[in-house]
Amino acid sequence: MNKKSLGNKLITSPYIVWAAIFIVVPLVIMLYFAFTDPSGAFTAENLSHLGKYKKAFGLSILYAAIATVITLVLAYPMAYFMTKLKISSQRMLLLVVMLPMWMNFLIRTYSWITILANTGIINTLLGKFGIGPVKLMYTPGAVILGMVYDFIPYMILPIYSVMSKLDKSLLEAAEDLGSNSFTKFKRVILPLSRPGVISGITMVFVPSVSTFYISQKLGGNKTLLIGDAIEYLFNLGPDYYNVASALSMVLMVMILICMFIMNRFSDDDDGGVII
Amino acid sequence: MKNENIVELKGISVAFGGEKVLDDFNLEIKDKEFVTLLGPSGCGKTTTLRLIAGFLEPDGGDVIFEGRRINDLPGYKRHVNTIFQRYALFPHLNVYENVAFGLRIKKLPEKEIKAKVTEMLALVNLSGLEKRNIDTLSGGQQQRVAIARAIANHPRVLLLDEPLAALDLKLRKDMQKELKKMQEQLGITFIFVTHDQEEALTMSDRVVVMNNGKIQQVGTPQDIYNEPLNAFVADFIGESNIVDGKMLRDFYVEFSGQRFDCLDKGFEPDEPVDVVVRPEDVDIVAPDKGMLTGVVTSVAFLGVHYEIIVDIGGFKWMIQTTDEHFEGDRVGLYIEPDAIHIMKKSEYSGLYGDYSSYSEEIDHLSDADYGEEDGGE
Repeated sequence: MNKKSLGNKLITSPYIVWAAIFIVVPLVIMLYFAFTDPSGAFTAENLSHLGKYKKAFGLSILYAAIATVITLVLAYPMAYFMTKLKISSQRMLLLVVMLPMWMNFLIRTYSWITILANTGIINTLLGKFGIGPVKLMYTPGAVILGMVYDFIPYMILPIYSVMSKLDKSLLEAAEDLGSNSFTKFKRVILPLSRPGVISGITMVFVPSVSTFYISQKLGGNKTLLIGDAIEYLFNLGPDYYNVASALSMVLMVMILICMFIMNRFSDDDDGGVII
Repeated sequence: MKNENIVELKGISVAFGGEKVLDDFNLEIKDKEFVTLLGPSGCGKTTTLRLIAGFLEPDGGDVIFEGRRINDLPGYKRHVNTIFQRYALFPHLNVYENVAFGLRIKKLPEKEIKAKVTEMLALVNLSGLEKRNIDTLSGGQQQRVAIARAIANHPRVLLLDEPLAALDLKLRKDMQKELKKMQEQLGITFIFVTHDQEEALTMSDRVVVMNNGKIQQVGTPQDIYNEPLNAFVADFIGESNIVDGKMLRDFYVEFSGQRFDCLDKGFEPDEPVDVVVRPEDVDIVAPDKGMLTGVVTSVAFLGVHYEIIVDIGGFKWMIQTTDEHFEGDRVGLYIEPDAIHIMKKSEYSGLYGDYSSYSEEIDHLSDADYGEEDGGE
């Protein structure tokens, strides 16, 4: 690994160029804006606006954390269940899990409005029984629901992938040594599927904490998440780019810290961690 | 009457997807015995092991353990432990925790666990490696952890599924001796699965030769080698010349156009039989002094002896001799009565024991095939 051949360099160079232009350069630009004022002079003043967005930061983390926990609770048994099925059924279910990912993210989120709105499918049905309309749209619940719905495949897939590769003879060995189904799960399946769980948590939490579309469409203007704040500031025009960049930077640092903590839990590097 | 059989398999049948893997299989294993199930891949030996371990329920018949029917008893409740072909050590646990796995499930006090694990690791010569990760161990060390992990639970029966297949020759020989010693020391019944006939002969009290889901012969290593019951056993265990013969009367047999004295009896007069002569039991003499004569068609030097192929009336014999002979030599063969072994005709008659297409390479290739996993899944 330490000495890369010329062929290797040639193969990886297009991506390196791509990453430089579209990842590194924008990051540098973001840092530049975060530490300058509209006239281009260096300043740390942008960071002093952070206090105004404390609530947005807090809500973002809270909602993302709740969504991640719900996603994990739903996805883990699902992934476990999938590995127990015939191979053909497993493929079928995988397809079902991935199917929503092939549709546009905005459309998927938007479609929840038609389900949750006061005149939507649920309330129309409830109305037939003389109940409601129940306020479902523009609630924190709707935002969290949107997150769970949009990101659950990213939780199921890594967990499923780790579990399905688990060596069946390990389970037999555990049974051989006296484990019933429960201890087998607790002492073998659970610890060995941890890399998939860590990876899934990262892949759900990170996009959830920075989302703005889901909260705008399903949360209305009541739930201002940090993503919404950044988007709002950018829309105000070039004068606000600096503060928006500062917020983005802080969000990014927060995400990096979260990921660092998560990776500490999976330091036995047995693969599966995607990010 | 005291029943000293620890494991009994009665009329077992197992089929996977319509294909019979075991068919009316009967076997009794005594307490503290070292029994080896020997056969080519797909013969049902691993399946037999999995039945006893409790990973598989038979479609028919009974699995009896210490006189009790245990068909429905789940594996985790059986006093049986397994050493898996690829060891199946837990990658998330270190050496110590792997060995302690079964003890922790029994919820033994920590002090007892520590004493037991230390004792086990000493037994398999791994003291000092407690904290090591499994994937930093060599194949031989992993093998030893697997043994320690299984034995720590004091099983009544230890099942070993081709445990030495992945080790190199030297290590394999050492482990064979060690396992045998361990078995005698601990007084545990060993049921050992292998496709390696030499391994089976060196280690076992009794060998069960299997093919196509059926037992071909059960006996001591000496029985199996000296008195094979049919052409399959004679061919699978060691080298054999197997020729068509006719039992003229007790102690008198005709084959290859000549008549010979032998030590076998109890056949019908003129009954067609298979005659086995081991390559090392034939003496090469001058053509005029031989009971049979033929022409040497190939010579291979193997160090301890030469392996030569002699064409006798179109049938190729393999003979092992310490004297050098050359291709094209005309030689005589002298066979003592006790070197001749007579077998009843069987479904395997005529399939084995002719060295016309023999070559070292082919023999080695087919040996390697046996290394494949037994058709258990």
